[in-house]
Amino acid sequence: MSVKVMIPTPLRVYAGKRDSAEFSAATVGEALGGLTSQFAELRKHLYTEDGKLRAFVNVYLNDEDIRYLAKENTPTKDGDTISIIPSIAGGVS
Amino acid sequence: MSEVFEVGISAELREKIREHGVETYPYECCGALLGTDHDVLAYDPNQAARKISREVLSLFPLVNRRDDSPRNRFAITADDVREAEKAATTQGLEVIGWYHSHPDHPARPSDYDHDHAWPWYSYIIVSVHTGVPQEMTSWRLKDDRSGYLEEKIAPMRIRAAN
Repeated sequence: MSVKVMIPTPLRVYAGKRDSAEFSAATVGEALGGLTSQFAELRKHLYTEDGKLRAFVNVYLNDEDIRYLAKENTPTKDGDTISIIPSIAGGVS
Repeated sequence: MSEVFEVGISAELREKIREHGVETYPYECCGALLGTDHDVLAYDPNQAARKISREVLSLFPLVNRRDDSPRNRFAITADDVREAEKAATTQGLEVIGWYHSHPDHPARPSDYDHDHAWPWYSYIIVSVHTGVPQEMTSWRLKDDRSGYLEEKIAPMRIRAAN
């Protein structure tokens, strides 16, 4: 089954300027795995060194935040769209 | 070949960022930089470097969502990011970065900034000391996340966004 992953603007430079890519995947985690296998330089910006999604990386399956579903184990079906939306944080010290 | 990063922003828009920092002092302000990215503009033989340039043409001020610690933190939610992207698209622009203030601290990225930064975006920081705006700097995260590259802020005349 084919799942579309929308790539956010700041990461497109590592994905040949593409704004999306399609993968055969049964879960959100598999689709993201496909993305980071095809575009390896993306990985360090999405995941920490111990393999967890970074806190400021928000992943949506058809507009539903996967934190409120089964996270990366959330099952996908043919035609689903996964969006990676940044949140922005920072500050003094 | 080395690379030189440059962000063009008019005096008017720089002043608006400073005003936002003063308005929210002693709390941090934040907002989106809307503009156009030229990627590699030209090889600059004088600097033996590729000049990578972009222009800020509009601002999208946002509310700092870190109401638990607004003096030393700012947060922009995914929903806010989507709103900023919509605003950019409406104007024929894209979100090319973010600005925030450092109340009573220098305009240098902190470790916390570093941990939370995205590549590609320009991060403009304005220092606000005792309510008075000071230095403004701009930064880009290195591709390998090892640190920042300072981006030159180039003055430019204001040009209406589409």
